[in-house]
Amino acid sequence: MAIWLTKDSKVVVQGMTGSEGMKHTRRMLASGTQIVGGVNPRKAGTRVDVDGTDVPVFGSVAEAMKETGADVSVVFVPPAFCKGAVVEAIDAGIGLCVVITEGIPVHDTAAFWAHNNAAGNRTRIIGPNCPGIISPGAANAGIIPADITGAGRIGLVSKSGTLTYQLMYELRDFGFSSAVGIGGDPVIGTTHIDALAAFQDDPETEAVVMIGEIGGDAEERAADFIKQYVTKPVVGYIAGFTAPPGKTMGHAGAIISGSSGTAEAKKTALEAAGVKVGKTPTETANLMREVMRGLG
Amino acid sequence: MRAAPENGTDAQVDLYEYQGRDLFEKHGLPVLSGGVATTPTEARAIAERLGERVVVKAQVKVGGRGKAGGVKLAEGADEAQARATDILGMDIKGHTVHKVMVTVTADIVEEYYLSYLLDRANRTFLCIASVAGGMDIEAVAAETPEKVAKISIDANRGVDEAKAREIVAAARFPVDVAGQIETIARQLWVAFVKEDATLVEVNPLAKTADGTVLCLDAKVTFDANADFRQPEHEAYVDQAAVDPLEQAAKAKDLNYVKLDGEVGIIGNGAGLVMSTLDVVAYAGQEYGGVKPANFLDIGGGASADVMANGLEIVLSDPAVRSVFVNVFGGITACDEVANGVVQALALLKERGEDVSKPLVVRLDGNNAEAGRAILDGAANPLVQRVDTMDGAARRAAELAAR
Repeated sequence: MAIWLTKDSKVVVQGMTGSEGMKHTRRMLASGTQIVGGVNPRKAGTRVDVDGTDVPVFGSVAEAMKETGADVSVVFVPPAFCKGAVVEAIDAGIGLCVVITEGIPVHDTAAFWAHNNAAGNRTRIIGPNCPGIISPGAANAGIIPADITGAGRIGLVSKSGTLTYQLMYELRDFGFSSAVGIGGDPVIGTTHIDALAAFQDDPETEAVVMIGEIGGDAEERAADFIKQYVTKPVVGYIAGFTAPPGKTMGHAGAIISGSSGTAEAKKTALEAAGVKVGKTPTETANLMREVMRGLG
Repeated sequence: MRAAPENGTDAQVDLYEYQGRDLFEKHGLPVLSGGVATTPTEARAIAERLGERVVVKAQVKVGGRGKAGGVKLAEGADEAQARATDILGMDIKGHTVHKVMVTVTADIVEEYYLSYLLDRANRTFLCIASVAGGMDIEAVAAETPEKVAKISIDANRGVDEAKAREIVAAARFPVDVAGQIETIARQLWVAFVKEDATLVEVNPLAKTADGTVLCLDAKVTFDANADFRQPEHEAYVDQAAVDPLEQAAKAKDLNYVKLDGEVGIIGNGAGLVMSTLDVVAYAGQEYGGVKPANFLDIGGGASADVMANGLEIVLSDPAVRSVFVNVFGGITACDEVANGVVQALALLKERGEDVSKPLVVRLDGNNAEAGRAILDGAANPLVQRVDTMDGAARRAAELAAR
């Protein structure tokens, strides 16, 4: 069944006709995702041949939903226009909006998040600045390579794209129910907690890998949530133990200010919640391996 | 996807006092009249324009300038020029004074605090306001939390009249300044939004003897992601204070942060590179405590050019004794990365760079076998292939320790 994205999901791509949008539309289609359309107001009414699949282009998300029954949008729109694109998806009432775009000003992200709240939170937003979500063997909304591994019973939630790929690869013999890259920006639509709650409720997920990094206190809050609500085994990894304070390490959210947001504090909080935390990605994968063997 | 190049160092810009004053003045906030001067003559001209008693202040990003003699009163233009002559060129705790700010004086009777910042946990913005200003607000919050008001701000509704009244009431600002602070709260919000700031802080927000409220010192942090629509923010980056390697990397759109170790790091993806730093630091504990020398994320498409630029920056750090190239091929194919490494080394030799430090390359994921075969085929004696991240980190640490 997986979380949020299934084989029945119908996906529209906002910014499909751009170079990144087209490249990844091709990859999503190749992995079996139902891509039902693209959105570009300037190319509305045209059709695009994507490696033999005829994909219609709509003028708006609302029109695409009406014509195709789309329930997921993936956003590849450049940063300057991203807020408008996400607000449009929210106004259309789409269920899931996956924002891949990197480099969105945080005022824009905060604005579309506030807009979503005001609209009653009908839309689950994943990202921005994230690799998206994949339910291997069913559907892929974003840029996670679909050929790393297949369907399985591990769930994964991560702030980092390449660490998601690394862990999926290390655990490729087990496979994943869903893997969600929530992104490394300071304001994100879907948190570790949201994903943990969904994996806890998903009958196909038996255990969860949670990957965090320095900055903010999302991992500490996730640890509290795990302690209270998550009965499935969780294995964790935190990147950035040796990052110096005050330096941004690539992700705008990955900065240690003052005494909060350190990797050590996150590890301690997770371990207090019963989460096994690996020192390296490989050690983390091995911890999950033991968990899965124990579950039989 | 790398829709916009980002840099590891320009997210937080610490403004000089005069820059904060100018920025606030631009947005209509009440500040002390004045200006900035780089020569005594300029200082004189500002004092003449102000036409009264002035204060001449050294512009350095370090505390204690008053004690060091960097802040002087001056009666009239002649004296202002003389004091500027004294202060310009002074050394204050290792900082040479290149600029002085000349302003009218203020007779402060009360000091308050007001700021807007990003509230990550609640995915919105926050106003912090206090009648106990002039000191470290975190200390005030720790010792007397009842004196610090925190008011959540909706990103889209912002600070309107009602919100401004709510802020003033929550912080219990005195009635005689309430109206002025409501106006300041609204103007400061506009500045916060228009400048794409993640923090604007006024401390102190001062009441003077005549009852006027002024913004006396500003702390501002800009969002680097908004640089595309804030071209003037670049002027605030203090080039002299930026590490020269970081500067060179930025010119090449590389996401590089200088650290203080010996193992150069190149990888793809911010999370993986952060993780690489950790793994190398752990491995270094077995090899005399060697540490990572830098953070460098070359992003998705690791072409030979990008790899060459990255290697050039990392190798030009004299502290670097070995380099660890750690790539997981997700979308990127490892054979392309391997070709990139081989071509980059050749390219650097052509450019006449010193290429003599050993490289440990770990390739995994998409087309890893083909990539490894390319490295083996090239048989460059400087390049060592190790196929696991932990193993490669150990090897790189060992080479750096030699």
